[in-house]
Amino acid sequence: MTRSTFVKGRQTSPKEEIWSRPYAALLIIIGGLVLLLAGLAFSVAKGSRQIPLDVVWQALVAFNPANQDHQVIWELRLPRAIAGALVGAAFAVAGALMQGMTRNPLADPGLLGVNAGAGFMLALCFAFFPGMGFNQLIMFSFIGAAVSVVLVYGIGSIAKGGLTPVRLALAGSAVAAMLVALSEGIALYFRISQDLAFWYAGGVAGVTWAQVDILWPWIAGALIGALLLSRSITILSLGDDVASGLGQRTSLVRLAAVLVVMVLAGASVSTVGAIGFIGLMIPHAARALVGVDYKWVIPTSAILGALLLVFADTFGRLLNPPTEQPVSALIALIGVPYFFYVIRKKVGDNF
Amino acid sequence: MNPVLFNRKRTVRTTITIAALIVIAFIVLLLSMNTGFTKMSPLEVLRTLFGGGTPRDELILFEFRLPRIVIALLVGTGLAIAGAILQGVSRNALADPGILGINSGAGLAVVLFVVTNPMRESASPMFMPFLALVGGFAAAAIIYLMAYKKDKGISSSRLVLSGIALAAGINALMIVLTLQLDPNEFNFIATWQAGSIWGSSWKFVLALLPWIVILLPAALWKARQLNVFSLGDDTATGLGSYLNKQRLLLLIIAVALSASCVAVSGGIGFIGLLGPHIARRLVGPRYEHVIPVSALIGAVLLLIADMVGRTLMENAEIPAGVMVAIIGGPYFLYLLARSRT
Repeated sequence: MTRSTFVKGRQTSPKEEIWSRPYAALLIIIGGLVLLLAGLAFSVAKGSRQIPLDVVWQALVAFNPANQDHQVIWELRLPRAIAGALVGAAFAVAGALMQGMTRNPLADPGLLGVNAGAGFMLALCFAFFPGMGFNQLIMFSFIGAAVSVVLVYGIGSIAKGGLTPVRLALAGSAVAAMLVALSEGIALYFRISQDLAFWYAGGVAGVTWAQVDILWPWIAGALIGALLLSRSITILSLGDDVASGLGQRTSLVRLAAVLVVMVLAGASVSTVGAIGFIGLMIPHAARALVGVDYKWVIPTSAILGALLLVFADTFGRLLNPPTEQPVSALIALIGVPYFFYVIRKKVGDNF
Repeated sequence: MNPVLFNRKRTVRTTITIAALIVIAFIVLLLSMNTGFTKMSPLEVLRTLFGGGTPRDELILFEFRLPRIVIALLVGTGLAIAGAILQGVSRNALADPGILGINSGAGLAVVLFVVTNPMRESASPMFMPFLALVGGFAAAAIIYLMAYKKDKGISSSRLVLSGIALAAGINALMIVLTLQLDPNEFNFIATWQAGSIWGSSWKFVLALLPWIVILLPAALWKARQLNVFSLGDDTATGLGSYLNKQRLLLLIIAVALSASCVAVSGGIGFIGLLGPHIARRLVGPRYEHVIPVSALIGAVLLLIADMVGRTLMENAEIPAGVMVAIIGGPYFLYLLARSRT
């Protein structure tokens, strides 16, 4: 046990309440990175066309355009695998930030309507500007995510008694229901339902290099932003009183965190559709493993989220080839029971 | 204040409210019969109603418009009562069959059937409510089990949260299932899911009517029971296992109502929320008043939503569910912002 471990029965300063396991965190981050590399290699090698690992390696170091395997790897599998890792990390970190700043175990960009907001903007784009470039699509999806974040948090916080898990979840599901209904209306009117559903079902299947090129700077930037914010988030997660007592400008931190969440969720949703539950599950797992210091929770969440999405996507391809199982459904299959578990464990009898 | 007098005052107020709502319903009904793709003047409508219309007018009114209007009224009634019951049982004023995932469960059963049976014409409308019922009950059972703890019973917050989680999961599954459909079937399901009153023939009225006719009185009969729940579990635990049985019975009524409605109208959210809320504003918290009044409000709301959705745009229909969400979503958020718990 380290000195920072919370000691029961003793008056502790806030700093001592933040128990963390830096060594475990470092171990998980390094081990996770190795595992992620293995996962990426596996993901690139497996599929309806099996490619030996040494061919994968050759394709990476000595690309031969005449070789069909090499082409499959470069043009189809690699962008897909990289996008999966990026998006998985993004959803997980978005969830970690939301849970930390609201002190709410159920915060997740999917459940809180952020994904639906991004989706709504994309429905508008599909309807009014068909053929819009991915660059603009991402920007619009940021705006959509921002609108729903403002709606959900704004309404949740206006109410007396603040943001309880139930109120936040209700606000999120109501905003999501409303935005989904509006998207459905637009989609039916413009006869783009099926296009929208294909995109909404989520999945990294059709991701191209052009998309990855646009995607990665945003996500990388936002992940760095999340790391920079991590100390403030840790203090915020102790409660507003403590945070302002320590001289933190809580509203400024919140604003910055919301901006980061908006970029993370918006970029991910515009690429792979609405994949829920990653942002819920991963931060819980990360906190259980490395403690409640967000300096460690955020990188651990990023790694674990990337791992989850890359492996779920690969599994979905291998389950019943050549048909692919959409990754959003697979993750919901784990996510719903996990959510039930969190409710039973963490939510009290009354709010 | 004298409680008897107080009660009588309430009853009088409820009676007046109900009478006013029936008048409003009639006006909306007449308006709704006049509007639609083919223009019909009020006079033509009246003449047709009393048997003096042209065959064309008769066809439009009796075969297209009226069944749809009747279904809107029935679905609005059913969903609003289901919402009122769920709010009472969960002691959460924001519960609603849509938010609790019951509509999603019912919808999933119907979509599963359409996916596995390509010839959807073979599915008789009578069969659909039963199918939806199975799905709705499965969802309700999962939510109930997840919210139940051995020593503490049902917690209202766990009930609401489990419902939200289940709905999110089912929606993910539903998108996957619908993607396997061909474009025609896909459009049918998409329109249905968005909450369109698609079963616009008398067959569907016949399929839905018995459910409402049986369950509406059942809900009214159990209304007083809901008042006991609102006292809170501490007061109510004195009544022990009796209470758990009552709760289960009421849940069954609510699930059966919403599932049979979902079978003909798809996922229409927010009606189960709006109806009871407006009703409470009008006649106070007692469920013997809230249930009939919210039934009427639900019916009128859905009829208006369907009418506006049909006529707002020249060449396309906006599903009633979308219209309801456009009105209901902001109202829900307003209620949430004002709520205390």
